[in-house]
Amino acid sequence: MQTKRTVFGNRLLPYALLLPQLAVTVIFFLWPAAQAILQSFLREDAFGLSTTWVGLANYADLLHDPNYLNSLKVTAIFAPAVTLLSVGLGLVFAASLDRLVRGSRVYATLLVWPYAVAPAVGGIMWWFLFNPTIGLLPYLLAMVGYRWDHSLQPTDAMILVVIAASWKQVSYNFLFFMAGLQAIPKSMIEAAAIDGAGPVKRFFTIAFPLLSPTTFFLAVINLVYAMFDTFPVIHATTGGNPAQSTNILVYKVFVDGFIGLNLGSSAAQSVVLMVIVVALTVIQFKWVERKVTY
Amino acid sequence: MIDRHPWLDALAHAVLIVGVLVVAFPVYVAVIASTHGPNDFMSGLIPLLPGSEMLANYRSMLTDGLSSSGAPPLGGMLWNSLVMALCIAFGKIVISILSAYAIVYFRFPFRAVAFWMIFITLMLPVEVRIVPTFKVVADLGLLDSYAGLTIPLIASATATFLFRQFFLTVPDELMEAARIDGAGPLKFFRDILLPLSRTNIAALFVILFIYGWNQYLWPMMITTTSSHYTIVMGIKRMSDVADALPQWNVVMTTVVLAMLPPVIVVVGMQRLFVKGLIETEK
Repeated sequence: MQTKRTVFGNRLLPYALLLPQLAVTVIFFLWPAAQAILQSFLREDAFGLSTTWVGLANYADLLHDPNYLNSLKVTAIFAPAVTLLSVGLGLVFAASLDRLVRGSRVYATLLVWPYAVAPAVGGIMWWFLFNPTIGLLPYLLAMVGYRWDHSLQPTDAMILVVIAASWKQVSYNFLFFMAGLQAIPKSMIEAAAIDGAGPVKRFFTIAFPLLSPTTFFLAVINLVYAMFDTFPVIHATTGGNPAQSTNILVYKVFVDGFIGLNLGSSAAQSVVLMVIVVALTVIQFKWVERKVTY
Repeated sequence: MIDRHPWLDALAHAVLIVGVLVVAFPVYVAVIASTHGPNDFMSGLIPLLPGSEMLANYRSMLTDGLSSSGAPPLGGMLWNSLVMALCIAFGKIVISILSAYAIVYFRFPFRAVAFWMIFITLMLPVEVRIVPTFKVVADLGLLDSYAGLTIPLIASATATFLFRQFFLTVPDELMEAARIDGAGPLKFFRDILLPLSRTNIAALFVILFIYGWNQYLWPMMITTTSSHYTIVMGIKRMSDVADALPQWNVVMTTVVLAMLPPVIVVVGMQRLFVKGLIETEK
């Protein structure tokens, strides 16, 4: 691991400097994570009086639990949908902005600020806009003959949470694509223009391939966001309903552990999620190192 | 601009204008709703033009709260959010810069172990280990306190990485010169490294302030009495009244107040914000 070619010689000082960070890490991260792993092999009786070692039974139960399988399916729709929508829109906005000379800073400011809004707050605002009785969007949809009701219709509920979760993420992706586009050497674009490539062709044959590391990075980041950071969006709007149609994995861990008090199952679900996060992080680092360019 | 395509420029403007409007629309509706009285939400359509109750809504929510849904005055909740956001931002910066300094400028046994332990925290979002973490905090007696709200969240792998990357780019000669002049490690840190890190600290501060302000699940778990509620988690309590329709005007008043401070920070310090965002994720 990298250091400086000369270093300070103190023996105790580095440990003292590291102490606060390591203490917090051990007490609030590693210890609870270890507890979750341990708990996932245990089962408590209904009164919490006795605990027995059940091995992998909690994990095996998950595979047979229709609610858990449903939650996996919901997440498999929700996370890619949020990623596609927010990365796609981010790219469209950044590519549009890249064309402009005048006004680009104003547009950038106007597109960036939603990143500051809490996911829960964004969720509530969209929930209000989609309110089946007084909301504006259901009113407009009724004009074209669609009866919107996210409290009864699973598809409507899913659309609502996907939009609400993607909303603030668009600004994030926009910023990264903008930085990526600015980093493309002008000479390359000019050479293509001299060879007669029009702006659309230039985008698809030069800018888009050169953006592939950014796109890949954002895909992973947004998947992680959609799987783990969208808890507030679900909690503040649908609460996983109707009929569990928006009950994503991270929300189910909370519901089963805190409200259902099913600690063993909740812990097993936690461990599954930790494995997913670690896998995504490793993929991200591997690919970022390799620099996806063709 | 290499070649002129007026229709493409027009299209780009159109896309961006539509984008800005769509992105801003929910906020516009929330702001409008916060200027109306409760009766405007009983039936029909949500109002789209400003009403006359703005001052009354904000005044009553800031000072009295909404007793029917157990919401304390928003003034106190805003204060709690501010304390939480500032403590998390300062705490993360302080402990990260110290540990990055130790990792880059010293060689000692278990250095790699320490580095990887910090790295692991990056991988475990609080949501996936919420039950055991809650238990630790409860056992330590930190429920319903600012310490419980902030300390468990201040370990930060990202901030440590950022400072580590930055320290590695600082020329070695600076440290060698300082040593020849007789400066010890603490003096070098305070007089040379810290001033050099100023922009990085400021950029990180913007990101971390937003992160702290927008916490939702954690304050919801940790606070059991209204004295420590933060505003972002408090919105849910108001929109969630049992057997009744939410009082949209006051919910939206709260929404506006909850997003105003972080939005002001981002817009006011846009350059630092962009720098912080792009560098912490690299």
